[in-house]
Amino acid sequence: MSIQKAQNNKAWFMVLPVLILVAISAIIPLMTVVNYSVQDTFGNNEFFWVGTEWFQEILSSERFHNALLRTLLFSGLILAIEIPLGILIALAMPKRGWGASVCLVLMALPLLIPWNVVGTIWQVFGRVDIGLLGHGLASLGIDYNYTQNNLDAWLTLILMDVWHWTSLVVLLCYSGLVSIPEVYYQAARIDGATRWAVFRFIQLPKIKRVLLIAVLLRFMDSFMIYTEPFVVTGGGPGNITTFLSIDLVQMAVGQFDLGPAAAMSLIYFLIILLVCWVFYTVMTSYDNDEPTSGGGPQ
Amino acid sequence: MLELRNITRHQGEDVLLDDISLSMQRGELNILLGPTLSGKTSLMRIMAGLDKPDSGELLFDGVSVLGMAVQKRNVAMVYQQFINYPSLTVFENIASPLRVARVETSQINRQVAEVAELLQMTQVLDRTPDTLSGGQQQRVALARALVKKADLVLLDEPLANLDYKLREELRAELPALFAAMGAVLVYATTEPTEALVLGGDTVCLHEGRVEQFAPTLDLYRTPASLRSAKIFSDPPLNSAKVECVAGELAFANSQQKLGINIEQIPDGNYTLAVRPHHLGRERDGLDDIEVKGSVSVTELTGSETFVHFSMEDNSWVALLRDVQNFAVANTVVFYVQPQHLFLFDSDDALVEWQSTGKS
Amino acid sequence: MASIRLQSLAHRYPSAPDYALHSMQQSWSDGGAYALLGPSGCGKTTLLNIISGLLRPSEGRVLFDDIDVTDRTTEQRNIAQVFQFPVVYDTMTVADNLAFPLRNRGIAKNEIEKRVADVLQMLDLQERANDRARSLTADDKQKISLGRGLVRTDVQAILFDEPLTVIDPHLKWQLRTELKKIHQRFQHTMIYVTHDQTEALTFADEVIVMYEGAVVQVGTPQQLFETPEHTFVGKFIGSPGMNVLPCEIDGIDAVFVGTKFSVNITGDNPAARFELGIRPEHIKLSSSEGMPLTVTALEDVGRHVIVRGEIAGVALCALVKDGVAIPENPCVSFDSTRINLYADGYRVGSGRGDDTI
Repeated sequence: MSIQKAQNNKAWFMVLPVLILVAISAIIPLMTVVNYSVQDTFGNNEFFWVGTEWFQEILSSERFHNALLRTLLFSGLILAIEIPLGILIALAMPKRGWGASVCLVLMALPLLIPWNVVGTIWQVFGRVDIGLLGHGLASLGIDYNYTQNNLDAWLTLILMDVWHWTSLVVLLCYSGLVSIPEVYYQAARIDGATRWAVFRFIQLPKIKRVLLIAVLLRFMDSFMIYTEPFVVTGGGPGNITTFLSIDLVQMAVGQFDLGPAAAMSLIYFLIILLVCWVFYTVMTSYDNDEPTSGGGPQ
Repeated sequence: MLELRNITRHQGEDVLLDDISLSMQRGELNILLGPTLSGKTSLMRIMAGLDKPDSGELLFDGVSVLGMAVQKRNVAMVYQQFINYPSLTVFENIASPLRVARVETSQINRQVAEVAELLQMTQVLDRTPDTLSGGQQQRVALARALVKKADLVLLDEPLANLDYKLREELRAELPALFAAMGAVLVYATTEPTEALVLGGDTVCLHEGRVEQFAPTLDLYRTPASLRSAKIFSDPPLNSAKVECVAGELAFANSQQKLGINIEQIPDGNYTLAVRPHHLGRERDGLDDIEVKGSVSVTELTGSETFVHFSMEDNSWVALLRDVQNFAVANTVVFYVQPQHLFLFDSDDALVEWQSTGKS
Repeated sequence: MASIRLQSLAHRYPSAPDYALHSMQQSWSDGGAYALLGPSGCGKTTLLNIISGLLRPSEGRVLFDDIDVTDRTTEQRNIAQVFQFPVVYDTMTVADNLAFPLRNRGIAKNEIEKRVADVLQMLDLQERANDRARSLTADDKQKISLGRGLVRTDVQAILFDEPLTVIDPHLKWQLRTELKKIHQRFQHTMIYVTHDQTEALTFADEVIVMYEGAVVQVGTPQQLFETPEHTFVGKFIGSPGMNVLPCEIDGIDAVFVGTKFSVNITGDNPAARFELGIRPEHIKLSSSEGMPLTVTALEDVGRHVIVRGEIAGVALCALVKDGVAIPENPCVSFDSTRINLYADGYRVGSGRGDDTI
């Protein structure tokens, strides 16, 4: 018993450097933000305690509500499109041979492009005067202008995100799919299973774990999206594409309202945490009846 | 000498190992026999130092080794899967533990050659493991354990992934190899036949507890408990619940007498057991016991016959030396010599008994 | 149920230089129990997958009841197959797993319930019927795989690919006899692939022994034991296998280390390498009769002792029944009616049994 305890203490000692690192890189900045969120200042480094005033202001502000709804809608649409589309593409990809390598390289390409470049590409791509997409649509007689039309602006942003990030979902699902032993498909053929049954009872259960990671990553990323809409639409036309992140930057850097901005970022952070927790709990609830004693190959 | 004292290990609510005490000598083969999940692998992992017991002591040559890191203990392990370095030649695979120990090159060449000779691997030393058959791959793993000259060699079902015939071949070779090692040898298997061919001492494991620890043949011939007898029986042991009234045995749920008159044991409920090959078609002696049942299925192997039959509520099997066919549902009669009958009391412990021979 | 015929069937994997299966003709009757027996890599699983339609042969035809099914898919062939490692649908319950092949074929609900209940009982899984399949042990998972093969009553054939590999020895016995009983009861055409002779011989009416992609012998267990057509079969079947001893031919006698055995030789075999086959079961040990044996090892395996030894440098083993005494310096004699004679590995004759020894 005593030996075991000594070992445990040693283990804690070993992770101490990491703890310190995390403290410096994450916890200390976070505390600064917490500090700002409960105080007000008129400059000259003079601070006043205001308690939860900023939080109340943010939570009751219509501007915040609208931005939050827009962001949630954006994330919802992104997930609703990218997850099924990603699964479909992964299912259609060849599992071996040179075709598999070609597909993998093609899929990885959009992921290699920096965010601001993606934004710029689409900003140009969609322009009615010189952009391939914008000009092409215009010459077909379709009235398209993402800088003026609300719907067009949204469509452009969603299309851009789908183009940029579906690959990630594809690659994650693909890695799950190729790890399924061939014998499962053979057994399904013997059992006379339909294509849908194969997906529902073999493929989906096997890719569920990677799918969870894909959903979490895509949610967090899309919920925090900033660079691309900032480059393409700048939050417009009007405020129609002003997501929480853009709003936050406007408040903090544009208006220099550090207190409300700090309060808002904390609320923002808590929302992401909450939604991720919900996703995680729902999607892992099935795993509770996992065998306790190792089990065999699954 | 390896000594385990009151080793216990839990995983969550489950008891993996329950108060295990054993002592194993150098140069002896110790077989861990038991079905899957009986604790064989858990026990080996503790012996190797890969896991820590929740309580208990582990001593090697009288020194406690529980706190010692795996790398510092001189342990070799061979697994069910053939684990070799895929990119190294067979020679380098076998030499790897010696290279780690910084043995001189000339010394390495000599030792590897010796071991390769012993395992008939001299011809394939330049090849890589993936070009070898399963049997040869496992020989490489065995050679590595052998060349290391470890104090403790653990073999976890090393033949389970091999073809039946290869298994037979290696089984016949292993005892000589083990004798050459001079280490404490522990060999886990689920197969009674394997234990019998290998000899040595056997530990019967059941649900994390030691049922019995004895020389292999002794354990087979006189199992101390019904569980040991069942674990150490392939084909499965035949058993039936019987009642003893005034020195006479009868089935517990009917009035059918068994024709066994016995002395010494008190009245009560017992379990009677007999190994399949001890059931014969002919009466050998006057005090042979008659067993009658109805045939449910016959299996022929070309040289032997397995007759499955039911008797009361019990399914029994008889193993006969030649090919005989029995129609399903026919009544068959077998005879057992009294010295081949096991009797276990209500606590499943073996009962010493003697036939009065008046049947 | 169907009879199965293989016409000039052969298979070569694309890009492989050699045939995985050499051309063969086989005819298996409706309702029979067959075993494909051989060491790993002998092509038995390839052959099984060709029959079930998971693999298309590069040459030859597969016929079910005289209908060519070579170009039909697995689903169209209506075959059940059980694999070596358990395949279960993790998210379904045990009962749903068993019902799955029936539901896919649109079978009536009450019929499904009845058959699932039957199979659950057969495999002793009633208590786990509503547990999720992934919570089971490997043994139980494999039982489900077996159950999915047995639940359909209208299949053309049931194929087993080493189904008991992951099963504990005791349960192996139980399941093997259960399969035998099921076969006797329903008379399905069953084909069982294994490398384990006990499984093959006890299960099948007829065993197909395969070696390096070719069929070496087809026969009943007794034929394989008594008259192996090739020394490979003699060694592979039996435990330990047949003793194969080099010998010379002198007229109508086979001579092994000076001892003559009269044999019937068929055909003309000039310059062949002759060998004499005798099973350990048919060698008798005594203190004076026959050839002196130098004992190298005694293996007591409980129900018999395997005596390993040498005669003039030739290794040999004999079986002695449990309880029979082994002489100090034993001599061995062969049961000459049980001798087989081989030329270049193929059987060309047998002992006549009129020897004096």
